[in-house]
Amino acid sequence: MSEQGPLEPVPEERKEDPKGGDHAPSLAVRLALAQKAGGLVVPLLTTILAFLIGGLVVLVTTGKNPLTTYKAIFEGAGFNWFFEIGRHELRIPFTDAHVPFPWETNDFESIAALNLQQTLIIWVPLVFTGLAVAFAFRCGMFNIGGQGQYLVGAIMGVWVGSSLPGLPGFVHIVAAILAGAVAGFVWAGIAGLLKALVGAHEVISTIMLNWVALWVGVFLFGLGGPLQNDTQPFVPVSNDVLEESKLKVFWGDPLLQGLHVGFFVALAALVVYWITLNRTTLGYEVRAVGFSPEAARYGGISVARNYFLAMAISGMFAGLAGAIDVVGWQFRVNTNDVLTSTIGFTGIAVALLGRNTAIGVGLSALLFAALITGTSTRNLDPEIFRPELASNLTVMIQGLVVLFVGADVLILSLLGLRRRRRRRAEAATE
Amino acid sequence: MTGRLLERLPRGARGVAWLGVLVGLLAFWVALPPLKVREPIVPILIGVVALGLGTLAVVRGARRLGWGAITIGALGIGLGYLATLSSVAHLDQVVVWSALLAAMLRYATPLAFAAMGGIFSERSGVVNIGLEGMMLSGAFFGILGADKLNSWPLGLLCAMLAGGTLALIHAFFAIHLRADQIVSGFAINFLSLGITGYLFIDIYGGEGTPPNVPKIPNVRLDFLQDWYFVGPMLGQLNLMIWLAFFTIVATWVILFKTPVGLRIRAVGEHPRAADTVGISVYKTRYAAVVTSGVLSALGGAYLSIGFVNSFNQNMTVGRGFIALAAVIFGNWRPWGAAAAALLFGFSSALAQRLPAYSESAAVLFQALPYVLTLIAVAGVIGRSIPPAAVGRPYKKQ
Repeated sequence: MSEQGPLEPVPEERKEDPKGGDHAPSLAVRLALAQKAGGLVVPLLTTILAFLIGGLVVLVTTGKNPLTTYKAIFEGAGFNWFFEIGRHELRIPFTDAHVPFPWETNDFESIAALNLQQTLIIWVPLVFTGLAVAFAFRCGMFNIGGQGQYLVGAIMGVWVGSSLPGLPGFVHIVAAILAGAVAGFVWAGIAGLLKALVGAHEVISTIMLNWVALWVGVFLFGLGGPLQNDTQPFVPVSNDVLEESKLKVFWGDPLLQGLHVGFFVALAALVVYWITLNRTTLGYEVRAVGFSPEAARYGGISVARNYFLAMAISGMFAGLAGAIDVVGWQFRVNTNDVLTSTIGFTGIAVALLGRNTAIGVGLSALLFAALITGTSTRNLDPEIFRPELASNLTVMIQGLVVLFVGADVLILSLLGLRRRRRRRAEAATE
Repeated sequence: MTGRLLERLPRGARGVAWLGVLVGLLAFWVALPPLKVREPIVPILIGVVALGLGTLAVVRGARRLGWGAITIGALGIGLGYLATLSSVAHLDQVVVWSALLAAMLRYATPLAFAAMGGIFSERSGVVNIGLEGMMLSGAFFGILGADKLNSWPLGLLCAMLAGGTLALIHAFFAIHLRADQIVSGFAINFLSLGITGYLFIDIYGGEGTPPNVPKIPNVRLDFLQDWYFVGPMLGQLNLMIWLAFFTIVATWVILFKTPVGLRIRAVGEHPRAADTVGISVYKTRYAAVVTSGVLSALGGAYLSIGFVNSFNQNMTVGRGFIALAAVIFGNWRPWGAAAAALLFGFSSALAQRLPAYSESAAVLFQALPYVLTLIAVAGVIGRSIPPAAVGRPYKKQ
């Protein structure tokens, strides 16, 4: 599609292409097209298809009923909490007032509530890493480095959070989270800068930065590393975040990993993302560059500046995820976490399935958070399905979702075909 | 023959720059075994000569190579100085050249296989960041086949089939459905991680792979055994390492000396033009991508049944991405990528031996390939220029 002579007809689906010219449409353009065409339908179809294939794998390899397995995962994620309707009361924060509420919130006997808290704890970083990928996408870039940005965020968060004793609690929390955000900003900013200045492809540079961050993390927290635990010289783990710089738990027991207030920060981030993209000059320029760098440049927008800013802001989202995870519920980072965490990579699936919209990211983050929590050893009933198997099933489903979502052209052409047929049928009846 | 080789030697400013590079390396080398010069002034003086040669080359116009020589000269001074400070016992323990180079070959082999695969795919215009996943599936299905069919050649065959199948999926989505190639390659990595992990747990459970799986044999070259240095380095290498050498040569011959290679490169540079003269863009790309999957899987199989003789979930830990880095670092050329694979293999071999100095700092060597590649794409040491049509789906008209 790279070269087209003047006499060649413009292909059907490219008539809407605002970029025109001799270039293959950018990812952003195609995603926007797909969004127009598919809306909610495409992601839903994708998910169903991925789950069907996953179910088939379960059936073929273990002979177990996939529906029972999925139900166990569903309950492991705590979604059955919504069905446990009763007559309960909710305390309004900062007051003694109580209002009626259909669901049980403060009863530790509800396993569903505990599981749901777990799911939402994972939801928080997935929203951030999903937004990170989505923001860069809107600028026409593929930030595959969410994992590295998440790691540097976690590293800076745990460093600031575990040092500087004596700082007031609130200031300390804000400092730790900001440190993570800045780290993510800088880490992704390197890739943005390389793209803006010398045109280095952001996919390559962010992949490389991922692995640099990973090994730097292993170095820092490994035995003898500069940030390794002061009191346990033979454990490759960081110092613990100080007690006063941990985020407050607002639902559930702090000792049982209740849901921390980072949940509201993630909700706010979704709103900020939407406002930034749709109601600010920055967002307008970012989207303009995403649609067509040439047109944006012609319109007086600095493409290089927006590449850098979009990438750095995208990294800031991922860095926030790392810092909030650390001060919210992990409180320490060990080298094994650094080596095995895939939150940043899952963020790519979240953004792709969520079609880079705020609502979409929120919903698909919930889906993947439920899958991750529902298949964890702690939450899935091993009688029904082995959690070790199920967690790999989760990875497989993620892969399938990404694969199918990526094939937007297939879905587009299918939809286009149907529309064309309908038009022809209408023309025939008239 | 020698005359032709001599003619191809770099001359003028480039020759000076290459000389500077060699002298820079020498500055470091004199401080290591077997010479072990203990006077810091010696590596410093040699390094200064390298700096001078580099500067001369820059002035004479060979800027890229010249700056390379200056960098290596500076590194030679620094590292050589550090080596003179460290104890002789440590040096002898860490720097056993024959063992170090043999380890380099072992670590470089999986990278070289996957990198050659990457070159085929990218030269045909299809980005393949699924190398990692294809390698991982090769590692798993290689050991699975070798175990169940009780034969390592059949294991290799299973690995190639698995890698080829994954590559076929990537090719179908990237070429026919014109999905974004990065998205679909990324999906391949996820899929492979999930499938291999799932089957590994399902088949081998908690115990892991059995210890008596048939493994790829080593090639014993008895006549080499007594040779100084070469004997311990090349006398006991795994069959796959020799196969990797062969693959590199074959990749170069196929890509640059045969009509097939010309077609592959044409499709990657200018698919429309290739199509016009009757080359099937789709078929060529399919073939190239499947080849990349088969080669990456061979690299993975070497890891599981040639190198460590077991399998673990996600055992490739980024080697596929290092191979990708080697492709870019080597400027999409077989020899360049092979040299990069050797360099990255050397840094892994060093990382394995350096803990004698510092446990934690040795880990940083693992990051070296990625940092070097970042510097390469940043254009500091010459720009890496990808094939013109890489990453762009082609639509037949």
